[in-house]
Amino acid sequence: MRQITYAEALKEVMSQEIKANENVFILGEDIGIYGGAFGVTNGMESELGRDKVLSTPISEAAISGVAVGAALTGMRPILELQFSDFITIAMDQIVNQAAKLRYMNGGKGSIPMVVRTPGGSGAGFAAQHSQSLEAWMTHIPGLKVVQPSTPYDAKGLFKAALDDDNPVIFYEHKLLYGIRGEVPEETYSIPLGKADIKREGSDVTVVATSIMVHRALQAADQLKKEGISVEVIDPRTLVPLDIDTIVNSVKKTNRAVVVYEAVQRGGYGAEIASLINESEAFDYLDAPVTRLGGKAVPIPYNPNLEKKAVPQVEDIVNAVKSTLVTLAK
Amino acid sequence: MKTSCANYISEIGRDRLKDMLYQMLLIRRFEETVERLFMQGKIHGTMHLCIGQEPTAVGACAALTNEDKITSTHRGHGHCIAKGTDVPRMMAELLGKKTGHCKGKGGSMHIADLEKGNLGANGIVAGGLPIACGAALTSLKKQAGFVVVCFFGDGATNEGSFHESLNLASIWNLPVIFFCENNQYGMSGNIKEMTKIEHLSERASSYGIPGEIVDGTDVLQVYEVTAKAVERARNGEGPTLIEAKTYRWKGHSRSDARKYRAREEEQDWMNNKDGIKSFREQLLRDRAVTEQEVIEIEERVKQLLEEATEFAENSPEPSIESLEADVYA
Repeated sequence: MRQITYAEALKEVMSQEIKANENVFILGEDIGIYGGAFGVTNGMESELGRDKVLSTPISEAAISGVAVGAALTGMRPILELQFSDFITIAMDQIVNQAAKLRYMNGGKGSIPMVVRTPGGSGAGFAAQHSQSLEAWMTHIPGLKVVQPSTPYDAKGLFKAALDDDNPVIFYEHKLLYGIRGEVPEETYSIPLGKADIKREGSDVTVVATSIMVHRALQAADQLKKEGISVEVIDPRTLVPLDIDTIVNSVKKTNRAVVVYEAVQRGGYGAEIASLINESEAFDYLDAPVTRLGGKAVPIPYNPNLEKKAVPQVEDIVNAVKSTLVTLAK
Repeated sequence: MKTSCANYISEIGRDRLKDMLYQMLLIRRFEETVERLFMQGKIHGTMHLCIGQEPTAVGACAALTNEDKITSTHRGHGHCIAKGTDVPRMMAELLGKKTGHCKGKGGSMHIADLEKGNLGANGIVAGGLPIACGAALTSLKKQAGFVVVCFFGDGATNEGSFHESLNLASIWNLPVIFFCENNQYGMSGNIKEMTKIEHLSERASSYGIPGEIVDGTDVLQVYEVTAKAVERARNGEGPTLIEAKTYRWKGHSRSDARKYRAREEEQDWMNNKDGIKSFREQLLRDRAVTEQEVIEIEERVKQLLEEATEFAENSPEPSIESLEADVYA
């Protein structure tokens, strides 16, 4: 099968969907001739026209609300928020409006919109352009939260997000835009709420999201050389969460490490760890469920410091080994 | 001097003039009824009454068709009634009943009636402006021909969303009418202390759109200015900012002791600038209605509100099982 990048997969599915459904359009800052801050929409304006690819002023509050109002009245907008940090400026419309309108209306009306936005560190953008704030969104009833880690997942999950009748926050990752993978040309859908076992193993379950899936896979390669078999699970969607796949894995391996880039304190990994502890997997555990997340610091600019702020491959290796040491006690 | 009815009798007909009087009286009596029910402990939470502001809701909505849309505010009972909602179900919503527009889950601040084009009241100051822009964008994209009247108060004009929305609506020529009900106070804040310009309509010039000032106690003037803005919007000439000078006779909400304003000021508005009283007198003077017809209108209002109250009080509470329904579509 042909290989394309994560960014190309996203552009392809957006273009396909805009052509297939007259109600779908994309709006966002600098998404026209500039192609978006990360080039995801490169060429879309010239191919699809300015009617379908709306470049907006730098007005996150207004454009997020425009997406809400358009969705409420029959459109299916895609909103590109240039950096996921800017969700702070769009917060009212996403949290107070999009997430709640249907419930407040007693089940009338729906808000079918997808907010695409890149999160994560590692690109040298420092504290205000590198955060992983997805836990905020998972806290809000009414929102769905997606974090694809591969080009294949990005395309399939995006299609499902766009077909969903709810507001979906679709977290991309800056460092993943350039990775390549096999992606079918035709559209396909990966259901929201279905985890993917990225690697099978028998000694430890590592639940990892977004960029951490790749680091966990690298850690698993290293650990294999030491005779440790790691199962890597990518939840792919945080809300809804496929906890069953995680619980079944932990019942098999008896140990779990949850790895995420966001600040560890209050991150979504804590939710996953709690769900494991509250599940039938508890009786199978040979060690406490461990979290491995980012340090409680703003993301620093210096590349050495930046790396130290969030989990790297060797941190995952160490976390897995620690959980095995616990077993020995 | 109020706008004379004489011209309007031929232009829009006696029936519609009578209906404006009916609508304004219905709003006032509705507010008086819910205030009484609140005092009796039958309505919980809080409420924001629009007594004194009836002409803005009725005059603006009189310029709209059923297909046109509105967004409303926390002080939204009048808008809801003027846009043609079913009053018994509205009353039921205020009592938190299952038969309410929002199944008892929205309450006073969140009433929406999508069938009537009411996209919803909003508990967030200026929250409705971006949504109104989104709905107006839908109208353009689907070539649906509807316009959106976006109601908000003077306080909203100091929110970022106000400025972002006016700018966006202006550059995209959106068919939206920004209707500011300047009732002089944002909760306790006197608008004269919160902004330096005398007329909020002046802000339109910053966005290259027309700004109009109307006497918010003159229902016909409100109608006429709104109708002109609606025509502009429908003709593809873009948005208008209308500032209606008005006054809320009651406090901000139920808990407001009104320490920030003088009783004399209130008395002046209530005694000398009552838009219902003046309109009724004009209609009689211009022989658009008879004394007998005014009595009949009062009687119809009274009957409807008695029915509404009885319906609401006798309606069932929502089931506890409905708590988690309608969070997602």
